[in-house]
Amino acid sequence: MSHMLEIKDVHKIFNAGTINQKVALNGVNLQLDEGDFVTIIGGNGAGKSTMLNAVAGVWEIDRGQIIIGGDDVTNLPEYKRAPYLGRVFQDPMNGTAATMGIDENMAIAARRGGRRTLRWGITKAEKERYYEMLKDLGLGLEDRMTSKVGLLSGGQRQAITLLMAAIQKPKLLLLDEHTAALDPKTAAKVLEISDKIIAENGLTAMMVTHNMKDAINHGNRLVMMHEGRIIYDVAGEEKKRLKVSDLLAKFEEASGGEFANDRMMFV
Amino acid sequence: MLLEYFTSLDPMSLVRALPGNVAQGLIWAVMALGVYITFRLLDFADLTVDGSLATGGAVAVMLIRGGVSPAAALVLAFIAGMLAGMVTGLLHTALGIPGILAGILTQIALYSVNLGIMGKSNQAINVDQYQLIASLRYVTGDPHTRLMFFAFLIFSILVLIALLYWFFGTELGAAVRTTGCNSNMARAQGINTNFMTVLTLMLSNGLVGLCGGIYAQYQGAADVNMGRGAIVIGLAAVIIGEVLFGKLVSGKSFTFAYTMMAVAVGAILYYTVITVVLWLKMPSDYMKLFSAVVVAAFLAVPHLKGKHQRKRYKEVAKA
Ligand SMILES: Nc1ncnc2c1ncn2[C@@H]1O[C@H](COP(=O)(O)OP(=O)(O)OP(=O)(O)O)[C@@H](O)[C@H]1O
Ligand SMILES: [Mg+2]
Repeated sequence: MSHMLEIKDVHKIFNAGTINQKVALNGVNLQLDEGDFVTIIGGNGAGKSTMLNAVAGVWEIDRGQIIIGGDDVTNLPEYKRAPYLGRVFQDPMNGTAATMGIDENMAIAARRGGRRTLRWGITKAEKERYYEMLKDLGLGLEDRMTSKVGLLSGGQRQAITLLMAAIQKPKLLLLDEHTAALDPKTAAKVLEISDKIIAENGLTAMMVTHNMKDAINHGNRLVMMHEGRIIYDVAGEEKKRLKVSDLLAKFEEASGGEFANDRMMFV
Repeated sequence: MLLEYFTSLDPMSLVRALPGNVAQGLIWAVMALGVYITFRLLDFADLTVDGSLATGGAVAVMLIRGGVSPAAALVLAFIAGMLAGMVTGLLHTALGIPGILAGILTQIALYSVNLGIMGKSNQAINVDQYQLIASLRYVTGDPHTRLMFFAFLIFSILVLIALLYWFFGTELGAAVRTTGCNSNMARAQGINTNFMTVLTLMLSNGLVGLCGGIYAQYQGAADVNMGRGAIVIGLAAVIIGEVLFGKLVSGKSFTFAYTMMAVAVGAILYYTVITVVLWLKMPSDYMKLFSAVVVAAFLAVPHLKGKHQRKRYKEVAKA
């Protein structure tokens, strides 16, 4: 069986040739099978977000290839890759249109990859479907379908962004620290929703997190990044047996022990 | 002295001037709606309009002089405006030029284009010679003509608002609004934000060109300078409409339609204020300065309000 995602020898240098030159990705290779749920950890500036952005096509990569579901998307602009992807960002503001209603946001997402025509932007049948989806979330948002998303809390917005990511089943779900801006209780709830959506839809997913426990407890695979490379890749039973102390040791080994002032959470 | 000043003001002259200014406001409402689309929905301050307004006027007048019907001339004025908007859109999206600068470049270029279209800086059309769509003559003429003309203008604006309401409710229109609200999210949802930007600039400048075409007929001439400061008038209409009616229309169904009506009323109010100010004998040379100050003040209102509220909040929190 072919892979759902192949990242082949991807390089990305920011501000090349200037004093601010930064090698953000330095030959990344990664292959995901259908249904894989990989958690991604690594220190600040390790290149985690850059890897996800490279997959999403936020800018062009300098070298390498990105293949999603067998299609080479390396040269596709961001908006043309969107049909393959569902994305949730660290900042809850980023994933939704604040001045538009919850239902309108979902309708926009439902048309990801389709042609946007002069038909009315949202149908009655859709609204009913969204009502059920929101009800399933259990956040009481189904009664506020036409409220502007800008009025919602960060956690509510992330939950809606997750729904929007799954509304058109993507080949790949990209979660970039999507719970980092939330309080612990909300973060746990959003994480639970993420798990549920991934399981129910059988999605292939990548989740960046700074929480080592979350990285171990969620998904079937874990990779650690350092200085633009993947330095550790573990799956299956071996991953299940991982302990925070193991990750810590790995991290120390790679970085020479300089994690003291890092954001990484060990609890 | 003061008494002398007040007795010199003739209330009747104000009353006489008002119908003309309401008509003018209704015509400029077409442009104000165009400005509203880019400024509010796309979040793009488009300075093309100062040029594309005159382009619409020039195209309409030259076509009418060439024997084209005044109505058909307006269609072409609309298309000419769209082309101007497309240039700004491509300068911005395909060539990466910042939005404000892209608009200024097109505006400057249009000055030459408009001169080229007209062959000189001013071209007249006589209402006696052509069956014009709009004319100052209809306002000053007999009551029946006047009534019909106002009914026509108001009806046209309402039709335009209905069309825009429909368009921005479609899948395509929603994609435009998403682009204006959060372009990163729009791209993540598969929306070609560059295309949406160009499309919206074309639609907006089409309306501005249309306004230019109507206004040129109304005043009986197109002038290469007729669009100077148009953006300020458009913004003034948008902001007056929002500030005065914003609370009234928000949170209802059809809010968007009401907002557009508020913008149209904003355009009428703008011209009414201008008339009153001129009637109070402010020298007309100061008109542009006055307009700029008014728009700056209204633009500052939301900002200052926010600041004031934060200050109050802090005081309350301290107490
Ligand atoms: N658009 C950009 N322009 C310039 N430099 C960038 C850009 N994006 C990322 N970088 C740089 O690339 C490096 C990798 O950044 P990246 O955001 O991928 O790190 P990360 O692993 O996600 O870190 P964090 O945990 O802090 O989110 C950093 O040094 C960052 O400053
Ligand atoms: Mg990051």
